[in-house]
Amino acid sequence: MKIVKTGMAGTMESSDINITIEKNQESGIKIYLTSSVEKQFGDQIRKVILETLEQMKVNDVVVRAVDRGALDCTIRARVQSAAMRGAMSENQIDWGLF
Amino acid sequence: MKKKLRRTMMYVPGNNPGMLSDAHIYGADSLMFDLEDSISLKEKDSARLLVYNAVKTIDYGDVEIVVRINGLDTPFGRNDIEAMVRAGVHVIRLPKTETAEDVRKVEKIIEEIEKKIGRPIGSTKMMGAIESPLGVINAVEIAKASSRLIGIAIGAEDFVTNMKTKRSPEGIELLYARSQLLIAARAAGICALDTVYSDVENEEGFRKEVQLIKQLGFDGKSIINPRQIAPVYEIYAPTEEEINEALKVMSAIREAEKKGLGVVSLNGKMIDKPIVERAERILELGNIALPEKEEE
Amino acid sequence: MKNSIGREIPENILGYREVHKYSSPFDKKPLGRRASPPLKQVKPDDSKLLSNIEEAIKKVGLKDGMTISFHHHFRSGDYILNMVIDTIGRMGIKNITIAPSSLSNIHEPLIKHIENGVITGIHTSGVRGELANEISKGLMEKPIVIRSHGGRARAIEAGEIKIDVAFLGVPSCDEYGNAKGKGQKSMCGSLGYAIVDAKYADAVVAITDDLVPYPNIPASIDQTSVDYVVEVDCLGDSNRIASGATRFTKNPKELLIAEYASRVIINSQYFKNGFSFQTGSGGSSLAVTRFLKKEMNLRNYRARFALGGITKPMVEMYEEGLIENLIDVQSFDLVAAESISKNSNHYEIDASQYANPHNRGCFANQLDVVVLSALEIDKDFNVNVITGSDGMIRGASGGHSDTAASAKLSIIVAPLVRGRIPTVVDRVNTVITPGETIDVLVTDRGIAVNPRRKDILESIKDKGLPIVSIETLKESAEKIVGKPKSIEYEDRTVAVVEYRDGSIEDVIKQIK
Repeated sequence: MKIVKTGMAGTMESSDINITIEKNQESGIKIYLTSSVEKQFGDQIRKVILETLEQMKVNDVVVRAVDRGALDCTIRARVQSAAMRGAMSENQIDWGLF
Repeated sequence: MKKKLRRTMMYVPGNNPGMLSDAHIYGADSLMFDLEDSISLKEKDSARLLVYNAVKTIDYGDVEIVVRINGLDTPFGRNDIEAMVRAGVHVIRLPKTETAEDVRKVEKIIEEIEKKIGRPIGSTKMMGAIESPLGVINAVEIAKASSRLIGIAIGAEDFVTNMKTKRSPEGIELLYARSQLLIAARAAGICALDTVYSDVENEEGFRKEVQLIKQLGFDGKSIINPRQIAPVYEIYAPTEEEINEALKVMSAIREAEKKGLGVVSLNGKMIDKPIVERAERILELGNIALPEKEEE
Repeated sequence: MKNSIGREIPENILGYREVHKYSSPFDKKPLGRRASPPLKQVKPDDSKLLSNIEEAIKKVGLKDGMTISFHHHFRSGDYILNMVIDTIGRMGIKNITIAPSSLSNIHEPLIKHIENGVITGIHTSGVRGELANEISKGLMEKPIVIRSHGGRARAIEAGEIKIDVAFLGVPSCDEYGNAKGKGQKSMCGSLGYAIVDAKYADAVVAITDDLVPYPNIPASIDQTSVDYVVEVDCLGDSNRIASGATRFTKNPKELLIAEYASRVIINSQYFKNGFSFQTGSGGSSLAVTRFLKKEMNLRNYRARFALGGITKPMVEMYEEGLIENLIDVQSFDLVAAESISKNSNHYEIDASQYANPHNRGCFANQLDVVVLSALEIDKDFNVNVITGSDGMIRGASGGHSDTAASAKLSIIVAPLVRGRIPTVVDRVNTVITPGETIDVLVTDRGIAVNPRRKDILESIKDKGLPIVSIETLKESAEKIVGKPKSIEYEDRTVAVVEYRDGSIEDVIKQIK
């Protein structure tokens, strides 16, 4: 899936994660994470973000994530939404990507 | 088999991760994740994916999961249905159901998706919310429109506005609609659920309304806060006297069956089908297991 | 070396007395006699009134290396501690140990005084905010010492904390040192923690912003223990000292936990006419009283007394005749603070009376039921209320371990997870209350009874309560949030956690 514009999803509320995805001028996926549970779950959050993007075949993006203790399923949902919005296909869903 | 009770169906906004992960701990019989009215147009897509992932991941135990989708007359309805069938929700709830055709259209899409992803056809159940005068008029047809329907619910806010009135504590303005809905549900053999009571702080008013709808015959109430659960159960709970009576009825039936008697009587009174059904309902509500059948 | 609850305790700790390992709640026996302040003479014409804090510091002869104390009845509204330390800093005095009954967010300016060497030692019940973060990161050379409220009173009476000067903020005071928890500008109700300091400190300075005519009696702290009186413009932010009324939570999860906890109590052998209880001021803990109240009314029960931090809901129950006596070491809100001077059976007690394990019997010993909260609890029921799941200090020991050890039934109320942070874990970051003194854990997703208390399990089973093992709770928490990575610590000890009897339960290490 091709990211054509900046896509954002999620809130700053507790138990949520705010995800912004934009095109990376260089190749690869770069993740900037700030999290209230960085010490305990930082690695896990990065892993979920990365896996979700890989599954959606999203490459070469910069992800900015502000986490307030979201569970994995919420992180996945917010990454998916942000990517769909960035690809301008939030209402034409290819379910094979989830 | 134990019948599914639907005394409480609790609304949970579909875009709130905290509530989606916790809502089942309060003991509501059913949870209704909302993709419709509580979600702004800009967040329809993200709420859909949030609920989709939550339902797929979170262990909700034996709580029934209902999702209220957006209507097919919006750009979101079809995607909502596909997401929720894929997520494996128990029940898809249609908003603003006005005709039997509304139900059948959704049913058709559900079936397509079930086929596509290899889910058993018919495994996704449906519910219709009736929220307009036209819907009330067509309630009987709606209730019979699909074998997937497990119930119909009345949504009062839009309805009273359409009726050029507003809700009152006594609920006289809803009496006709509630009765019509109940009759339709009972004729079709499905559940009837009452509308929400939105003033969470007014427990007394809430209790009055629950007493009213229980007396009318509703299976339960749509609720908007966990604090509304306990009062509903309290009011729906049968009294000890009712339970004892019901147990007596059931054991008399057993006795008669054992003896091969066609006519059953208890304390000189004949027990007919309605009495048995009422007894069964009381035991269901009281969560009372029937005494094991003795082996012949 | 490990203590009996498996915590690694260093043989020697810099700046700390000889290390005694914790072994069991009542194992360590007291020795010797109580400490005592020196005899003093105040002649009929002597005046105790001084013009400012600096003068008081000079008069009491405060010198490098001394220990000074404060109380935390003004909570996060306290101006006194910062005011005194700022003055000490300006006067060039160094190497001071402070022994406040607790510290809060408002005491952040201490950081610079620690950096400048004005303060080199801290004894407290808890620390919060930036100061706590800095201490966790190794701000101080000497580890701070964390004690429970009862443990602090014990340590003072045993002479383990020798207070050279107590600087006690008091809402009203006369020129001769009679002080009360109620004044024109502010009100804190009970002065229970300060009373101990007043009795044992070598010198006592009462600081007030409401100087009233003599005699200001009945006094919480009386003239015979006060050396000097200083009037200041303002001793604190009255809104943050005791504001309004503690209200019952509307949070459905807290209510659910409270309801479960109340059903545990109601079905236990301790719920009877004339029982006694203590609840914290936290959402779930406080809400337990609401459910108890309903049942007490139904059965026509009255509680003989309620103990501890007193709140509005308890005052209401007192006024409705459901509680006969309020025993108050700390008034949590304005309603409680008002009540203590108004209601005849609302009594002020000091911290030693409240929970000191080494006097001739504290009030906590007579307690039937206590409901406490937790940041973390582990499979052995050990409770942490001092460090966050990130290992940083962020709470207070309070009366937690005191009441847990003393009450006949001690219940922990806590959500199973907070956001993504699990409450029930394999091993808590820091032990404040040993698991052997905890009887029941109540979460929103299940109740676990300590296997030591088969009697309680017996009385609450088959009552429709979701009773499971604590291992099951730990696993469900992990299923929801995943397995958190262990926190990494340096070797250096930043805090020593003393049990109420003075043995060492645990130490807190510097955060990496």
